[in-house]
Amino acid sequence: MPELLKLTTKDFKTDQEVRWCPGCGDYAILAAVQGFMPSLGIKREDIVFVSGIGCSSRFPYYMNTYGMHSIHGRAPAIATGLAASRPDLSVWVVTGDGDALSIGGNHLIHALRRNVNLKILLFNNRIYGLTKGQYSPTSEQGKITKSTPYGSLDAPFNPVSLALGAEATFVARTIDSDRKHLTSVLQAAAEHEGTALIEIYQNCNIFNDGAFEKLKDSSVRDRHLIRLEHGQPITFGAGEDRYGIVRMPDATLKAMPLAEAGDSVLVHDAHADEPDLAFALSRLPDPATLSPTPIGVFRSVRRPTYDTLMSDQLDDAARRLGSGKLDELLTGSDTWTIG
Amino acid sequence: MTKQVEKVDRVIIRFAGDSGDGMQLTGDRFTSETAAFGNDLSTLPDFPAEIRAPAGTLPGVSAFQLHFADHDILTPGDAPDVLVAMNPAALKANLKDVPRGGTIIVNTDEFTSRALTKVGYTASPLEDGSLDGYKVHKVALTTQTVKVLEEFDISRKDAERAKNMYSLGLLSWLYHRPTDSTVAFLEKKFAKKPEIAAANVAAFRAGWNYGETTEDFVVSYEIAPAPMPKGTYRNIHGNLALAYGLIAASHASGLPMFLGAYPITPASDILHELSKHKNHGVRTFQAEDEIAGIGAALGASFGGALGVTTTSGPGIALKGETIGLAVSLELPLVICDIQRGGPSTGLPTKTEQSDLFLAMFGRNGEAPVPIVAPRSPADCFDAALEAARIAVTYRTPVFLLSDGYLANGSEPWRIPDVADLPVIAPDFATGPNKVLEDGSEAFWPFLRDPATLARPWAVPGTPGLEHRIGGIEKQDGTGNISYDPANHDLMVRTRAAKVAGIDVPDLEVDDPSGAAKVLVLGWGSTYGPIQAACRRVRREGNQVAHAHLRHLNPFPANLGRILKEYDRVLVPEMNLGQLSMLVRARYLVDAVGYNQVRGLPFKAAELAGVITNLIGTTDAVEGVGV
Repeated sequence: MPELLKLTTKDFKTDQEVRWCPGCGDYAILAAVQGFMPSLGIKREDIVFVSGIGCSSRFPYYMNTYGMHSIHGRAPAIATGLAASRPDLSVWVVTGDGDALSIGGNHLIHALRRNVNLKILLFNNRIYGLTKGQYSPTSEQGKITKSTPYGSLDAPFNPVSLALGAEATFVARTIDSDRKHLTSVLQAAAEHEGTALIEIYQNCNIFNDGAFEKLKDSSVRDRHLIRLEHGQPITFGAGEDRYGIVRMPDATLKAMPLAEAGDSVLVHDAHADEPDLAFALSRLPDPATLSPTPIGVFRSVRRPTYDTLMSDQLDDAARRLGSGKLDELLTGSDTWTIG
Repeated sequence: MTKQVEKVDRVIIRFAGDSGDGMQLTGDRFTSETAAFGNDLSTLPDFPAEIRAPAGTLPGVSAFQLHFADHDILTPGDAPDVLVAMNPAALKANLKDVPRGGTIIVNTDEFTSRALTKVGYTASPLEDGSLDGYKVHKVALTTQTVKVLEEFDISRKDAERAKNMYSLGLLSWLYHRPTDSTVAFLEKKFAKKPEIAAANVAAFRAGWNYGETTEDFVVSYEIAPAPMPKGTYRNIHGNLALAYGLIAASHASGLPMFLGAYPITPASDILHELSKHKNHGVRTFQAEDEIAGIGAALGASFGGALGVTTTSGPGIALKGETIGLAVSLELPLVICDIQRGGPSTGLPTKTEQSDLFLAMFGRNGEAPVPIVAPRSPADCFDAALEAARIAVTYRTPVFLLSDGYLANGSEPWRIPDVADLPVIAPDFATGPNKVLEDGSEAFWPFLRDPATLARPWAVPGTPGLEHRIGGIEKQDGTGNISYDPANHDLMVRTRAAKVAGIDVPDLEVDDPSGAAKVLVLGWGSTYGPIQAACRRVRREGNQVAHAHLRHLNPFPANLGRILKEYDRVLVPEMNLGQLSMLVRARYLVDAVGYNQVRGLPFKAAELAGVITNLIGTTDAVEGVGV
């Protein structure tokens, strides 16, 4: 109960100097997470933040909980061992697009399919920041960077599509600067039992400034941003210029002027058994222009968590066989005695 | 007819056949019978990496060697006294190891012209005189088995498959083995197929009866039980003993075990075994890769578990970065490397000791890791406990360097009294450990125990001790990020001093006469062959000392002194000289290496020759009066 714990935002701040670049989107995310933590109603000592390597991965040093800043890409694996052996803890992973999707891609997809009780915050700035500006696995094709002076050649990952394909039970997207939305998504993730992946569009003002500007600029963002809400029609736009998402005869989704779409506008169902609507929504934006981009909870379904299943197996074995006796184990069934 | 019974003191038998012939099972059963009878024994399975290599070919031969005796023995034996060859390939692959005069039992049914041609025989070795000088028993094992099983309602294929049990029955008769355990084993193994169970038991008994009635075998052999210290015994494989040692460490420390592992030969059996023991609180996690295996184990350690990862050399190569993180975080972690032939995929099912440098140095930066190596299959139990003791006491990753020979080999094990096992104390931090200048209390995660230099282990869930640790260099004491040059120098030296200062027992030297001039220094699984070789050398009237290292990092404090007490130091290793390079560098000792990487353990006779030659050189030096 939050009231009983009486924790405040300040309780989650550490005495360490925050060392991100001035103007970095990480500050806004840190403030939102520190501000949201008291509402969790969980004691600080029962919360652990685990990160990999990269700018975002400095995050644990600034959270006054237990924390581990680990190695590049491996945070989901390390957090899996922690969460699976300590189901009593609230375990959060902080990672970036390079950390989670490039060097650590394997761990991410397996954490998602296992449905370990982890909340994964994926800060996506579409660039490598800490190594000073190489293109990342989410950079748009043709990106000019230090390592790609002639333009990057590879097609980017869509993190939401990837997570849905990896059997994720909870997938959401939000934006660093929209604190209210970010907090609402954190809340939904915290309430979810199992792995929750939250992609957070985060601005790197040094190496990829303005990557999400059209989704942030209040004068234009409504034309590009779809705010998904479970049970609500999927619409976006501003003023007279409003659109609804409809399913075409070939099963693809399309934005259609509301007047034209009428009743055929799709209603968002984040709890659908099958992830096809969520996946189709994840494919809506043009990878180059990011328009129109859905944010909010794409998918949130219930499936037993890995850590609970593991604990259940142990409890069941102890119930059936009795608590293990070491001397019986060592003796076994095939012995002989001398003397 | 009346048959002669001869008493012998020891026998080495090798069962050899196709990968699908069930030779490993046959060997295992014969071993169990032998253990139950009370002989001392040592085994060496030797099989290809392929699950079913092409039938009848030389690469497809699978063998199992067993040495048993009425006295204390140390190795699976150099050369088989008896070879059971189920086909021409098995004969061809193994004949060179059988000394003249040895016994060969062949399955004549498989010696068809096609099978002979397949392995390059132009004429049958059973008829062309090439086996003159051996005692050859030609037995139509397949035909006789099938005939015995005619009345059973099973396929011809299943009947043919039972020929390994027929051969086991014959050998069991030949060496007076008790049969009850094999009958019970077969009935349990085929409990869901009672007809198959009955057929296998019938084949086993028919093999026994064939021995008793045929005129081909006129002598059977008795090997009296070996005198062993009082106690209750079982036969145990290295990987099983290692798994039990880890579970014992979990009980001894009160820490729940968490194993993170990825399947790899020859370590997978540890994962299989540990996954059975959930009622001991053991969590096993089959990870997506080697890196995740150790990562999850380290995460569990952070949470207060006994974190363990099991693998072989290729897996260690992948885990290197996480081992470095564990060194930097100073968390307990047991890393089991069941070494195999390398580099790269190398020889997955064969043994080698070539990961010593990898364990010592295989990380970026100055990243010392303690190393413990078991010397025999049963010793894997004690070595695992010791690795866990060091890991927990000193908050450090520890290498447990076993190998394929220990993993799959077996020997009798005197089951320890649980009350005698060492106590491992995690001593979790429970409160603040530092009073700050302003009088307030704080928890400093890198404020060390002055005696052990171990840092406090505060697990999540402990109120007031919230802290952050990471792979970036930490400020001494507070654990905060620090790039200060002097601090880094201090931290590197402190981590090194912590490992160097680990309390390890002094090295014991086996030098019965006290007059030896040559010391043989070994580590790990070469213990048996080296000790057997030293006994041979001594029986011939020469003096030799043997010291065997369990701790390779840090070395026992008295190692340097011991090395200097001998004129010559011989270091036999199944690598190209890794321990010898370490002792040469550390102690400036002119150690002589004897090195083989054949995928098989040393032969005692061969090592004895090497030792004797070296002793000869010391005598020569004396003769010249130097």
